[in-house]
Amino acid sequence: MKKLLTALASVALVSALSISAVAADKLKVGFIYIGPPGDFGWTYQHDQGRQAIDARLGDHAETVFVENVPEGPDAERTITRLARQGAGLIFTTSFGYMDPTMNVAAKFPDVKFEHATGYKRTDNVSTYGARFYEGRYVIGQIAAKMSKSGVAGYIGSFPIPEVVRGINAFLLGAQTVNPDFKLKVVWANSWFDPGKEADAAKVLISQGADIITQHTDSTAAVQVAEEQGVYAFGQASDMAPFAPNALLTSIIDNWDDYYVDRTQAVLDGSWVSTDTFGGIDSGMVFMGPYINMPADVKAMAEATAAAIKVGELHPFAGPVYKQDGSLAAAEGETVDIGSLMGMDWYVQGVDDQL
Amino acid sequence: MSPYEAILLTIITASTPLLLAAIGELVVERSGVLNLGIEGMMVMGAVCGFAAAHVTGSAWLGVITATFAGIATSLLFGLLTQTLMTNQVATGLAITLLGLGLSGLIGSGFVGLPGVKLANVAIPWLSDLPYVGRLLFGQDPLVYVSISLTVGVAYVLNHTRMGLVIRAVGQNHASAHALGYRVVAVRYACIAFGGATSGLAGAYLSLVYTPQWIENMTAGRGWIALALVVFSTWLPARLAAGAYLFGGVWILGLYAQGMGVGIPSQLLSSLPYIATILALVIISTNRRLSLINTPASLGKGFVPDR
Repeated sequence: MKKLLTALASVALVSALSISAVAADKLKVGFIYIGPPGDFGWTYQHDQGRQAIDARLGDHAETVFVENVPEGPDAERTITRLARQGAGLIFTTSFGYMDPTMNVAAKFPDVKFEHATGYKRTDNVSTYGARFYEGRYVIGQIAAKMSKSGVAGYIGSFPIPEVVRGINAFLLGAQTVNPDFKLKVVWANSWFDPGKEADAAKVLISQGADIITQHTDSTAAVQVAEEQGVYAFGQASDMAPFAPNALLTSIIDNWDDYYVDRTQAVLDGSWVSTDTFGGIDSGMVFMGPYINMPADVKAMAEATAAAIKVGELHPFAGPVYKQDGSLAAAEGETVDIGSLMGMDWYVQGVDDQL
Repeated sequence: MSPYEAILLTIITASTPLLLAAIGELVVERSGVLNLGIEGMMVMGAVCGFAAAHVTGSAWLGVITATFAGIATSLLFGLLTQTLMTNQVATGLAITLLGLGLSGLIGSGFVGLPGVKLANVAIPWLSDLPYVGRLLFGQDPLVYVSISLTVGVAYVLNHTRMGLVIRAVGQNHASAHALGYRVVAVRYACIAFGGATSGLAGAYLSLVYTPQWIENMTAGRGWIALALVVFSTWLPARLAAGAYLFGGVWILGLYAQGMGVGIPSQLLSSLPYIATILALVIISTNRRLSLINTPASLGKGFVPDR
């Protein structure tokens, strides 16, 4: 038995070595994910981007990924391991990987890093994110049109600027249709806990919300909406198969082009540290099919998305009032990029406190 | 449905998987075995239950498959720790890691597919009673299974010969062996029981709670179940109280947030854990009571002399 195991182990070792020998001249691109690629949400879309690299640049690059990496010391260890294994480009795909990425990047100056949704950069660390809030504004308008109770429930993950920005954009969109629209917020304090996301959705529905939207990574909340007969929106990927009658539309992230471009840049030697913040205009964010709604609501949503795309409409165009009544942006102005990036305040009308 | 009913129903749904997993682990620990692999057995139950229900279209077949998946995983733990005498703590952790990985592999073809939901019980007339009908007579069947199991375990442990043998094996395996009881066989049986209820808890997640397969969908519930067993000082009634306390604080925290109460959400999210720790501290102040119930041979391997 022991001999057999040793033999098996050596076969496995030899084959592993031979694979890496063949692949040595390819650029190795590493990814670390906060959840599993099978979440059909945030991580799923990043994994689609990874597969796009394989499909389009497979002759020159190969990808590896590590899933379910907790934010914190584990992340630093995992990123270090990818760098040691010879990855030339590493995508770290969650906000909480920011400091671990910076720490590892300092130790591996020749490796390029790309950190999603963060704000710290150096010569070998780029950041990239998407203006998801543009999509949130569109679904806010749809929500206000479709809601009977005038109350929507919003399941947040962590109170970080990216999520708060989405909440504010949603409500600002809704208020253009119904100035008295109410928004209840429940924080799951987790990116991925299907059970808790479902609990939060049930709680919000029992408190009168007839629209559920979420900034967490699983499809649990839209399924509860389907079961209880209220409307919901997909987040990160098209969640229509999970809630064919409840889903109105989805905000879909599309990282494919960005990932392929950045990998190509490393291959060409033209990679430099940048900050990318793509929206509906660049295709990094796009809206899923508009379903389960009357034609006029659909037309309104399409018009809003189109106006955002060409830059005629900014979700945070003034006047924008903070929760305490102070003015965040006056008529004719928009909330400045600094406040957007570090957003730690709610707009007027949110039924929650930060 | 009135809001109070909705709250109670949500609390019961949140607590049931914890109770199911924990009641089995309680028996396992009473027999002197520490199985840290609950999370792994649960997630194996969740994926196999979902797969069977999806393929056959029958939620009940899913529940049965999940139970056997839990048993199979637990017997692997049994084989390693009872026959091959590996370290129980390390093996339990390995089972958790194995379960999380293997379930992802098994479930890769089932991600994103529609699930089959286990239907709620509906007793004519009784289920329609105002206020208490849905709560008492209209739950999903596994809620009743979890409560029956709790009552059954309490009865068997305290009032039957079988319970006495299990406790004897857990308290002092050398003495039990000297009396002629087959320590290892008893422990295997208890481990299999623990696997069965953990598998059921997994089925609860993938067939009732959120009827779908998502990788890693147990999200740490196995560990909470493990803590509840200690919290209950190995007493089934306290275990049920602890599971509902945890579920209650968990859901009420979400409610408070939805109502716009100005308490930081991070604090509310940690409240179930704080409440459990507090209860643990209060209980352990009565040292004598804790010691009486703590299985003295917990986590120690036993090699019968032949």
